[in-house]
Amino acid sequence: MAFLQLLRESPISARIGVAMILFNILASIFAPLVAPYGETEIVGDVWAPMSAANWLGTDQVGRDMLTRLLYGARNTIAIAFATTLLSFSVGIVFGFLAATLKGWVDQVLSRVVDIMMAFPTLVFALMVLSVVGTSIPTLILVIALLDSTRVYRLSRAVAMDIEVMEFVEAARLRGERIWWLMRHEILPNAMPPLVAEFGLRFCFVFLFIAALSFLGLGIQPPTADWGSMVRENAGAITFGIFVPLWPAAAIAFLTIGVNLVVDWFLHLASGLKDYE
Amino acid sequence: MSPLITLVLKRVGLGVLTLWVISVLIFVGVELLPGDLAEEILGQNATPETVAAFRRELKLDLPPHARYLAWLGGLTEGDLGNSLANGRPIAELIGWRFANTLFLAASTAVVAVPISIFLGILAALYRNSLFDRLISMATLSTISFPDFFVAYILIALLSVQLLLFPSVSNINPQMSLLEKLYAIVLPCLTLTLVVVAHMMRQTRAAIINILSSPFIEMAHLKGLRRARVVVRHAFPNALSPVINVVALNLAYLVAGVVIVEVVFAYPGMGQLLVDSVTKRDIPVVQASGLIFAATYVTLNLLADVFSIISNPRLRAPR
Repeated sequence: MAFLQLLRESPISARIGVAMILFNILASIFAPLVAPYGETEIVGDVWAPMSAANWLGTDQVGRDMLTRLLYGARNTIAIAFATTLLSFSVGIVFGFLAATLKGWVDQVLSRVVDIMMAFPTLVFALMVLSVVGTSIPTLILVIALLDSTRVYRLSRAVAMDIEVMEFVEAARLRGERIWWLMRHEILPNAMPPLVAEFGLRFCFVFLFIAALSFLGLGIQPPTADWGSMVRENAGAITFGIFVPLWPAAAIAFLTIGVNLVVDWFLHLASGLKDYE
Repeated sequence: MSPLITLVLKRVGLGVLTLWVISVLIFVGVELLPGDLAEEILGQNATPETVAAFRRELKLDLPPHARYLAWLGGLTEGDLGNSLANGRPIAELIGWRFANTLFLAASTAVVAVPISIFLGILAALYRNSLFDRLISMATLSTISFPDFFVAYILIALLSVQLLLFPSVSNINPQMSLLEKLYAIVLPCLTLTLVVVAHMMRQTRAAIINILSSPFIEMAHLKGLRRARVVVRHAFPNALSPVINVVALNLAYLVAGVVIVEVVFAYPGMGQLLVDSVTKRDIPVVQASGLIFAATYVTLNLLADVFSIISNPRLRAPR
């Protein structure tokens, strides 16, 4: 309810963003109900133009584009969301540990993260996938691990600031254990920046999976997913058929929605009032 | 020794150390493979002879540390081993492609860097004006688009509709510089759009950061003219963050080329890496990954060094 209250005072851009995200979530939850055809059902010619039967035309083997987009929303968003959650759990736990324990724990973790960040993420992911092979669980694990380095940096920095406050000191003197400190003292106070970062990381992960699928190394066919849909239909563009632009536009649509909301959150969290 | 040189040397040392750790990681990564690499790659039906030959080829019969030293020794002599897919020396495969990738990245940098610095400074000077908002909107939407989306829109517009540029950038060593430049117009434009968006936003933020510092306000209050404040007071201090932004984005460019190369079938390192990953040609993946990492680390190092050298506060003795 507090969220609705906030939303009432929010700028128009944030409301549009929320609407864009809701639209995507609804589409992915109700995909089997709204989609006119089955996920892998072949319903017409290859790259048929838009018509009453296929609102957005068909893809490279004659599957309905709208249906594929709806199912694609489901797979792409669910995988990106699971990955972001995992990367946050790992990043936050290690970040908070480093900030509360300090000393060699902090040193070791931070140097490992430095080295991982000194490497282009896409190249790192490609190399790991070449060794472990591509499947949805490995994809989620690899990307979550790579992404948790960024979360680690942020949560460590935020926790460092909170850790020196009196109430943490008081809890510590009370003899609370480290997990309790992290869970009840630091986490609630670190929420605002972490929530905003969650949106940003989600966009990044989402684009990253789309890029990997586009390279043919992410989610594998015949599962519908926006990145691989662009890849599979890419050839159409040289014939002047614009079907690959639909999934690509869907990716952009969701990313813009999340970014609009994140901008508003960052603005709220920063406490700036001077800018309307 | 001056503290500046010590600082720079420290960074260089750190860069070399990072590279070394990465080389170990790349090597150990393959070691950690569950099961046997040979059987994993050749499949269950491989005869014992093929498996044995494969193991010899990858030197899997040696103990790990000896293999690592042999690999590292080969690297320093420019011998990267042979590709599993076609048996050709990897150095031969990579040499030309690496030059192509650098050519694409450099052409993009020549176009993108001046544009983004110029736009970033303008947006910072006239912040919250209509111009600034338009630019923010445009860059935000470019950032939200996946690289390949930008690439396909450009192909649809400039190649399919207007027939201006080729949609496949297949270059070869026989082409003249002009022909090559014509062939890479679209990939270069795609990368420029993506990089300008990032670079411009970061430049704007860096400049605004400087303009809001107390010494700039002081200069204004002293009654100096606006131009003098910008050129004499703000610019020298903004140089360091801007150089940092440029170098970081060039590093980003090196990895960003992967997708663009695949879209435009450009014969570069990115294309090679993706192909080798698909074929699970591990030695090529190792070698090209290491080259990407080395380029990336070097550019980040240059960013650090240049921003130390150009920062008036770090240059002055404490």
